[in-house]
Amino acid sequence: MTDTELDARDLAPVADPSLSAAAPSVDRVTVIRPAPRWPHLDLRELWHYRELLVTLAWRDIAVRYKQTSIGVAWAILQPLLMMVVFTLIFGKFGNFPSKGLQYQIFTYSALLPWVYFASSVNLASASLVANRGLVTKVYFPRVLMPLAGVVVPLVDFVFAFGVLVALCAWYHRWPDATIVVAPLFLAMALVTALGVGLFLAAVNVRYRDVAYTIPFLMQLWMFLSGVFYAFSALPEWAQLVLAVNPMTTVIDGFQWGTLGTHPPELDKAMISVGATATVFVVGLWYFRRSEPRFADTI
Amino acid sequence: MASAIAAEELSKRYRIGELQSAYGTLRDSLVSAARRALRREHRPRAAEVWALRDVSFVVPEGEVLGIIGRNGAGKSTLLKILTRITTPTSGRATIRGRVGSLLEVGTGFHPELTGRENIFLNGSVLGMRRREIQQKFAEIVEFSGVEKFIDTPVKRYSSGMSVRLAFAVAAHLEPEILLVDEVLAVGDAEFQRRCLGRMEDLSRSGRTVLFVSHNMQAVTQLCDRVLWLDGGRVVGDGPSSELVAAYLQSGHGSSSSRVWPDLETAPGDELVRLVHARVVQDGKEAAAVDVRRPVGIEIGFHVLHRDGPPVFPKLKVVDERGDVAFNAMDTSPRWHEPATPGTYVSTAWIPGNLLNEGFVTVHVAVCSLGLTKLVHHAGMHDALSFHVQDPGEGDSARGIFAGQWQGVVRPLLEWTTEER
Repeated sequence: MTDTELDARDLAPVADPSLSAAAPSVDRVTVIRPAPRWPHLDLRELWHYRELLVTLAWRDIAVRYKQTSIGVAWAILQPLLMMVVFTLIFGKFGNFPSKGLQYQIFTYSALLPWVYFASSVNLASASLVANRGLVTKVYFPRVLMPLAGVVVPLVDFVFAFGVLVALCAWYHRWPDATIVVAPLFLAMALVTALGVGLFLAAVNVRYRDVAYTIPFLMQLWMFLSGVFYAFSALPEWAQLVLAVNPMTTVIDGFQWGTLGTHPPELDKAMISVGATATVFVVGLWYFRRSEPRFADTI
Repeated sequence: MASAIAAEELSKRYRIGELQSAYGTLRDSLVSAARRALRREHRPRAAEVWALRDVSFVVPEGEVLGIIGRNGAGKSTLLKILTRITTPTSGRATIRGRVGSLLEVGTGFHPELTGRENIFLNGSVLGMRRREIQQKFAEIVEFSGVEKFIDTPVKRYSSGMSVRLAFAVAAHLEPEILLVDEVLAVGDAEFQRRCLGRMEDLSRSGRTVLFVSHNMQAVTQLCDRVLWLDGGRVVGDGPSSELVAAYLQSGHGSSSSRVWPDLETAPGDELVRLVHARVVQDGKEAAAVDVRRPVGIEIGFHVLHRDGPPVFPKLKVVDERGDVAFNAMDTSPRWHEPATPGTYVSTAWIPGNLLNEGFVTVHVAVCSLGLTKLVHHAGMHDALSFHVQDPGEGDSARGIFAGQWQGVVRPLLEWTTEER
């Protein structure tokens, strides 16, 4: 990609007096070069465009809450309805393991990070194709689009979190000091979703049929993430295998933070963190590699 | 003086197929990969084209540079590289200052958001800081003239209103370098006039402007210097009047008038040669015509001898998207016999309220009838071009509607209504 050097260092001030006072004071030098073979993430440029990230996220949030007439209710209803269904099927009839918690609270606290993760992946992977007009007409670091995609569902998360607080109050369950670790696991979900989203967003530009497989993929993923059963109740070998899915640790850790259940075991947590890092690096690398051709192929 | 833009050997290669139906499906790719594997075939090598090849130029600060060339010469690719929408395959360019382009007008507008919200969204997308937008907000709103509806969602705006608002934002971007692609600047005549006016203002205040256009009159008028591209390469770089003249003579350019002073080198064969061609309206040569009134396409040609088939003038009118609006030929009995040697001037009258607004090119020719197709004796592609404009007085097919109006043609139809 191209590099923006934000401060002109080798540039003498414009001295020609024939230029009027309105003559531009040049403070930005851009060098356009071919895309590098080994793409890197230009953090300085990203920082320069931080306002645009906020604007893009704000746009999606504003539109979302304007378009859906039930607005905030939708953010709450989705996990709430899933909780009710899971509680009836798996909690009442299936007697699924729930870490010794009321099944409602157990599954709702798992659904919170899961729904956030799933909507983030959905939004991020559709972000480039949905913003074709922007991609083909103006320049900005394209990473901003999937990034906005994982920021927007945080708003829904906050509303849905309110319901968890209400549920806990109802069952007289108060969080202890471990609550401080909950945001860490949410951040892990964000990084994972961003990695997957970056990869799928780039693939989506090239292959439009991939978008149809994403809902199926996410459903499959949910079954493997311990949303309606306790991950820790699985046999040891299964836990070790499934730990490759970072969402198992995210959900385990989020429940540890909010409800004070057992913390995730270290070996599995390390596997998950390693998987998150891998997914993020691979996703970002593939995205940056495809980026120069987005405007030509989209 | 510092250079605003310095391009060094910029090149851009496309794989054929990337330009059209660029994206495919994973399924197709997998199927063809599997098929190749089964038959042990190699992946066919994709054909490549160079949209731009070793283009180098320097634009000093404050210069207005025109970029000319026929369609496919690489003008739009060059602009895309300079706006960083796409990257070059090789070469580099150094740009000093903020780049704005009138292609971006309205980019990122969201219909669900209010005018106020869209000003912030659009401004931010175009590279303005939030503080900067806040400072200019009142000015932008006033310029757009939509104060009353500033808190109404843009989806309730007439298209004229949203174009005005979008333009107001773009006009306050105040880039140091402005890129204008006339062909892509959609909108009605009024809007295009505003774009050109804005460009003149900017260049007068010392800004650097790159102007891509087919309108040679505008290029000569506005530009100090011209870069002529052909087949992705720079084939000319120099003072605009000289280059425009050379370009027009080369037969690549279009203009509202064309003269071939030398019979020997004029387009044609041993039977017919073109002498001149021009666009007329209201008795005058015209580069821009009123949509409501007839437009004459005048074709002057010289018949060299009697021993040929009967010939007649013919024209083809093409709109700015490259769609053929129509073909027309003179079918009068005068052309049923071979013509007496000499010079003829024929004018075809395109009725008023027929062509849609926009940039129109005309192919002129002198033909004879063949068995299955016309035999072209003398002719020229893109010989003439002109802009069709609507003054917006309400008596054309668009009435008082100011928004986009699709169609190759735009007839003013007679409507009848009965009440039952």
